[in-house]
Amino acid sequence: MTDITALTAKQAADAVASGDLDPTELFEAYRAKAAADDLNAYTWVADAAPAANGVATTPLAGVPLAVKDLFATKGVPSQAGSRILEGYRPPYTASVVERLAQAGAPLLAKTNQDEFAMGSSNENSAYGPVLNPWDRTRVPGGSSGGSAAAVASGSAPWALGTDTGGSIRQPAALTGIVGLKPTYGTVSRYGMIAFASSLDQAGPLTRDVTDAALLYRHMVGQDHCDSTSLQHPEEIVLPTAQRLDGITLGVPEDLTGEGVEAGVLARFEETLKVAEELGAKVVRVALPHADYGLSAYYVIAPAEASSNLSRFDGVRYGKRVDADDLLTMYTTTRHDGFGAEVKRRIMLGTYALSSGYYDAYYGRAQRVRTKIAEDFATAFQTVDFVVTPTAPTVPFKLGSKTSDPLEMYLNDYFTVPISLAGLPAISIPAGLSEGLPVGFQLAGPAFSENRVLDAAHALEQAIGFDATAGRAG
Amino acid sequence: MSATDTTATEYETVIGLEIHVQLATNTKMFCGCALSFGEPPNTRTCPVCLGLPGALPVANAEAIHYGLMMGMALGSTLAPRSIFHRKNYFYPDSPKGYQISQYDEPLCLGGQLGDVRIHRVHLEEDAAKLVHVGASGRLHASDASIVDFNRCGTPLAEIVTEPDLRDASTAAEWLRMLRATLRTLGVSDVNMEEGSLRCDANISIRPVGSTELGTKTELKNMNSFRYIERGIRAEVARQTAIVRAGGQVEQETLHFDPRTEAITSLRSKEEAHDYRYFPEPDLSPVAITPDMLERAQAALPELPLARAERFERDLGLSADSAHLLAFRTELGDFFEAALGENGSQAAEPQPLANWVANELVARLGTDADPAASNVAPGALARLVAMVGAKQVTQGGARQVLDKLVAGGGDPDAIVAAEGLGAVGGSDELAPIVEAALAANPDVADRLRGGEMKPIGVIVGHVMRETKGRADGGEITRLVREQLGL
Ligand SMILES: [Zn+2]
Repeated sequence: MTDITALTAKQAADAVASGDLDPTELFEAYRAKAAADDLNAYTWVADAAPAANGVATTPLAGVPLAVKDLFATKGVPSQAGSRILEGYRPPYTASVVERLAQAGAPLLAKTNQDEFAMGSSNENSAYGPVLNPWDRTRVPGGSSGGSAAAVASGSAPWALGTDTGGSIRQPAALTGIVGLKPTYGTVSRYGMIAFASSLDQAGPLTRDVTDAALLYRHMVGQDHCDSTSLQHPEEIVLPTAQRLDGITLGVPEDLTGEGVEAGVLARFEETLKVAEELGAKVVRVALPHADYGLSAYYVIAPAEASSNLSRFDGVRYGKRVDADDLLTMYTTTRHDGFGAEVKRRIMLGTYALSSGYYDAYYGRAQRVRTKIAEDFATAFQTVDFVVTPTAPTVPFKLGSKTSDPLEMYLNDYFTVPISLAGLPAISIPAGLSEGLPVGFQLAGPAFSENRVLDAAHALEQAIGFDATAGRAG
Repeated sequence: MSATDTTATEYETVIGLEIHVQLATNTKMFCGCALSFGEPPNTRTCPVCLGLPGALPVANAEAIHYGLMMGMALGSTLAPRSIFHRKNYFYPDSPKGYQISQYDEPLCLGGQLGDVRIHRVHLEEDAAKLVHVGASGRLHASDASIVDFNRCGTPLAEIVTEPDLRDASTAAEWLRMLRATLRTLGVSDVNMEEGSLRCDANISIRPVGSTELGTKTELKNMNSFRYIERGIRAEVARQTAIVRAGGQVEQETLHFDPRTEAITSLRSKEEAHDYRYFPEPDLSPVAITPDMLERAQAALPELPLARAERFERDLGLSADSAHLLAFRTELGDFFEAALGENGSQAAEPQPLANWVANELVARLGTDADPAASNVAPGALARLVAMVGAKQVTQGGARQVLDKLVAGGGDPDAIVAAEGLGAVGGSDELAPIVEAALAANPDVADRLRGGEMKPIGVIVGHVMRETKGRADGGEITRLVREQLGL
């Protein structure tokens, strides 16, 4: 075997299981690559392979896993990309990371991210920006930008990310890989440093749809430590579909139009044609409230964040700026510890929850959220999946949108409504525009991951995306 | 005349109470840590109650069960669906920067205990304990503060009353009634000194006859019944003085110092927190199922009010005795145990109640549990039965009780050993009375003349002769008989 890191995770797992590949050798190959990474994708890399005893008989056979910084990992830096958690090493490990380790996926590295998962470009990180392996002058997307760059460049076989409003799907799209945002609640959030609790959901970033299914299969499960977690009603199986006969794809008529680059739209429409050739029917579908998704999202997510981030006060862990009195200690610690985007969202959220404004902002945003969920429920009575471009643009230049937060927020235009409705969605590569990756998003009803993965698999096979340019990055 | 007394004629006091009760569950409200009872600091903690990044709360089913029992005991409406909210504030005792509490959908709404209506009962988590190192003992000007998270996350039920109380002593008395109810339910240790029962009072005054509420102040964290009474009195006096001087009471949160009686402001209305309540997204709403209600109902013991009613109805106790025994749970239990051990010669319930509530309490101390004393319930019942049968006098029985308290034992044996048996019927007593009259001819004459006061001399004489074993009433009867009165 020449380059074992050229194997997909599934192929590597099979090779280890059959005895053709030594799991320690596999870990070391990736460890070397991750340690040599120059995209700033990693915040920590393991310094040795774990003991491989018996790992070959586990479901994931020792295929190492890169994990977004915000997952608590015992004894390993877990800063959620923030200065305020400088030096923090948790005394416990997040449930999903623990679950995957039990299934045979050891921790390879922690990956860079936007601070507290707030961002769409990975430029809001205390560790500095991550570069896109397809073009180092461009962003990899965010907030799971480190995980995406790691998988796209081939220095990790697969990675864990989190998605609040698009933070798995958008960076997957911008780096030419697969990203799955599962149904809210199917993966435990215990140990995920929270951004917006009612939206945050962990998911896989992988080289192909099969790997996404394989990793997700071992992520799901109710966790007694997370009371919002639930048992997935189906066992997750590896996708096999080659055709889309009898499948109806809905293109939202309220969610296209301005802001979408011509090249992105062209790839989207070509993908619809591919779907039709595979037997699918493509129809227009109404999602009348989806256009309000971003507005509602930028009330709900900051509101929850403003409260979730209150615990970073310098008292117990992470950074503390000492001062003579408590209030000054709080304010200078938080002033120095949080980046600009985090502060902006804390202020937005604090305002939205303030007495006298709650109903006008948070209350109304929640009502919009309910309407959007109802829109999707109605849509799924006539279509099997809702499809959109994942992001409106190809990867943009570093620094090009940092001065305009609203422009930056538009990155999540297609992903946010699905997050608000708590639905599963996948982004798969749909070709290139200007030599840069474009993503195709496919969303289904709650708990329809098996169907979503199957449809994505059929499309993936037909599209035949060539990821080598990113891998070479 | 004190300020409080004159207040009563011009102004009416309006008091509502907010009571925090630490629930005696096995584990904390939102994590698996055992509750702490004075363990070394920060030994009963975990990622959840330390508010570590990524940790999530899970609501304690036992606390919800206790909450439902409390709601049932107070006659509340139990919400079919109850949700937790976040109450956001920064303070080192709050590791998450918010307390998980309940806001507009509490577990229990409404209800009544005695004459006081209940507004609501909700569940929340206790804060950590701050220890301020340095001279002042308060946060300001202390050299350092140390946080002990053992208490953090202990389940609390907050009981809020309507403003139905009108004076300090009634407030304290009502609180005792609530405490007895909670103790009977077994949901809390209800120990004020140890902080498992804490009380805040909302206090306002208004002109007598007015139906509008005055501006209220909130008096925080009074940790004994005595302090509650004194604190409310002091605050009413303060408000009355302000209003009399033409001023206006300001809405503020106050602290009462029981040592100096001083009332100091903790924060004014302007400084009041905006807690930015919003539904806790980390917890699913609690759906109260018929099964949960059934279990709570089945777990309800007989409550003090019902017990008092039963004592009155079935045992013919006076209302005062019935309430006293029912609300002093340990006295009621002892009384019932004594009644249950009544032998063939029964003690009457009312005299037995009197002996428990008066003679026994006087000897053991107000707060003692008689079950822990030397006096067996059956022994007291036997003693009271002997008094009823005039086998021993009241005075003799008191001496027997002294012996029982000192070293336990059997009343019959003590009476026999000490020669305390009553000097029986008129056959035995008549000659002694006759001798007493003969020995005091002047007294006999005055009695014959219709003056009854000097009879005490005769009774005293007979008592001396019988060593107190004679019945005073019987002596008087014999005196009248012998003198033909
Ligand atoms: Zn704990």
